[in-house]
Amino acid sequence: MGKTGLRKVAIVGAGITKFMRRSLETGKELSYEASRMALDSCGLRLKDIDCVTLGTAPDAFDGVHMKGEYLSDGAGAWRKPYVRNYVGGGTGVFAPIHGWFHIASGMFDTCLVVCEEKMSSCHPHPQGAFLTIFDHTTEQPLYPTLIWIFALEMNRYMQTYGLTKKDIALVSVKNKHNALDHPAAQIAQEITVEDVLNSETLAWPVNRLDISPASDGAAAIILASEDVAKRLTDKPVWIDGVGFNLDTAYWATKDLYYPRYVEKAARMAYDMAGIKEPHKEINIAEPYDPFDYKELHHMEGLMLCPRGKAAEFTASGATQRTGSMPICPSGGALGVGNPIAATGLMKIMEIFWQLRGEAGKRQVPGDPRVGLAQAWGDLMQVGTVVVMRR
Amino acid sequence: MTKKVAIAGVGYSGFRSVSPDVSYREMIFEAAVKAYMDAGVEPKDIDSFITATEDFIEGYSIADEYTPDQLGAVLKSVHTVTGDFIHALNVGCMMILTNAFNVVAIESHCKASNLVTPTEIVSFGLDPVLNRPLNETPYFVAGLDMNRYMYETGTTKEHCAKVVVKNKANALLNPYAAYGAKIEVSDVLDSQQVSYPLNKLDISPHADGAVVVVLASDEVVNSLTNKPVWIKGMGWCNDAPSLETREWGDAVYARLSAEMAYKMAKISCPRKEIDFVEINDEFSYKELQHLEALKLCQKGEAKDLINTGCTSINGCLPVNPSGGSLGVGHLFEASGAQKVLELVLQIRGTAGERQIKNANTGLALAWRGIPSTSGAVVILGKE
Repeated sequence: MGKTGLRKVAIVGAGITKFMRRSLETGKELSYEASRMALDSCGLRLKDIDCVTLGTAPDAFDGVHMKGEYLSDGAGAWRKPYVRNYVGGGTGVFAPIHGWFHIASGMFDTCLVVCEEKMSSCHPHPQGAFLTIFDHTTEQPLYPTLIWIFALEMNRYMQTYGLTKKDIALVSVKNKHNALDHPAAQIAQEITVEDVLNSETLAWPVNRLDISPASDGAAAIILASEDVAKRLTDKPVWIDGVGFNLDTAYWATKDLYYPRYVEKAARMAYDMAGIKEPHKEINIAEPYDPFDYKELHHMEGLMLCPRGKAAEFTASGATQRTGSMPICPSGGALGVGNPIAATGLMKIMEIFWQLRGEAGKRQVPGDPRVGLAQAWGDLMQVGTVVVMRR
Repeated sequence: MTKKVAIAGVGYSGFRSVSPDVSYREMIFEAAVKAYMDAGVEPKDIDSFITATEDFIEGYSIADEYTPDQLGAVLKSVHTVTGDFIHALNVGCMMILTNAFNVVAIESHCKASNLVTPTEIVSFGLDPVLNRPLNETPYFVAGLDMNRYMYETGTTKEHCAKVVVKNKANALLNPYAAYGAKIEVSDVLDSQQVSYPLNKLDISPHADGAVVVVLASDEVVNSLTNKPVWIKGMGWCNDAPSLETREWGDAVYARLSAEMAYKMAKISCPRKEIDFVEINDEFSYKELQHLEALKLCQKGEAKDLINTGCTSINGCLPVNPSGGSLGVGHLFEASGAQKVLELVLQIRGTAGERQIKNANTGLALAWRGIPSTSGAVVILGKE
């Protein structure tokens, strides 16, 4: 891969809806609200937008075939070049990468990136949409659910490094606390490690409070080329590196203790951003945390701490907002909520606001300059990483 | 734009009305192996992969899980575009233009014979609140559009039927086409009515198959192949998704996509500068409507082109020499892939019996089908 001559791309605006269990708005309306807020935040109008890219996870949530087409007018794509991109749960951080393709290629100068998820239209529970993600011959006859396979992964991770459920519950406590300061948050609350351990067991070792909720919500950002960005804002946040990587669909053939696809995606992004020592050069990170153990798992994959040491690092307080490396200062999926694709973009937005010093009560001290957002998805398979710099 | 992108290799599997002997993954594997051999690459030489697919057609939620293995793309940068193959191809070109990638492989496939209820799946594309409760066959959308188009342009059902006759005859010359046939205009007019004025033979039947295309930047393509086919222009666009607000009878998405592609290719007079086209003909009238939207003729003139034989293989503007979707079979997201494949074979001069003379510059147009207003265009050329 050549790295020379990459055109610079900046994030100049962001918008988000409240994340909630059952929104009265349709998916189109959620997309509209987030897009409108993103446009207003940087003083642009829809006519200033050259192209639109949309990220949203499975069609089965909304029960609409070609969901991208259905959402297109809500996402501002009427009579504009429009593509929907998709890498399962990793979509939220992949969508800005897709937007980066549009602008870094020189084809467009401004791009609206929208992510939407409306999980509540799936009855009786959005988990139903996951029944058909498994191989039709080798796995579906066993009636697996997502929580079972992540229980396998969590267990394997705990056994490999001798971790306890208590070590992992600290992540849930931290993120739900952080989310108390996030205006879009769905399940922010003050809880203790005991609350997590005493919550209902869903599939051992996963308890209810280890998991993010099902949510409805949308998020949007505006990307711009260098000259346009400098005209629009004094504080552009540059996309310095992008990475994405997909592992085999045959997840049962690999050791689940370590997400090697996240490492590969991170290396691709670090390489592009010229980052040699991520644990020193990254000031703040938003790894994907749909389950509390995933935050630890991903910190190791992202090489922000040595393998097996993420729990220790968390227990030391280093990942708190006031710590040496704040992790999920937004409150993450565990606190703000998890409308899958929109969560990934919410993480991008959090880094955007933190690097601009606009995160309000959530602002981390120390004037962060380099941040990272990451998402993960499919059958424990895909990693997507964006490195941002002020 | 100084950097250029070329198609270094193509491979396909199919196209057949049924394929009980192979899984879709095996079809993709076959297409990928052929494409990589054609391009002189191995999976390790490919920087990134894109698959164009839709969940409901696949029968999987999150279908992109099953994309990497058969492409040799495990632990590589892979993503899915839920659009037509031509959307994915255009994204692949953009990836190369960023300078971060040199070789990108694009895949799309269709295993329609696995679908027990294809019509109901199309219905699931309709607005769940306003349109789906009407419980009509989704083909009413095409019927309404066809009726409006015929009214505005003076086109008749006979003109549309002639498109079917031409494309199925072209397909007889095409060894990879599933639905070649020698039929008469009356056969189309006498076939079962689906949603007035659309008859059964006006609708392209589904087929199974897979296509893989390898894209490369101008810096590396000459070291891979001596027969590159260059991307001259690309465009894509959406119009109103809701039935209530769109302009019926007019393919706005195709016009805007083409305008973008012509601008990039510096084409000012498409009729003179484009030698042949492979355009969406999921429904017979769409070929005529799209010809006008692409500015290859005036509005209302397409019926004269089909009447005079101008759009046949030996005519002045060959349209769908492969047989199009009506002759090859409709491949859902892979429909555009079949069109790009035909452009490459024709421009290389390897299209056999259906070879067009002077096939230097060709255009492919995809439309995503009912109920979308989403189109994508790519223009390919020898230089």
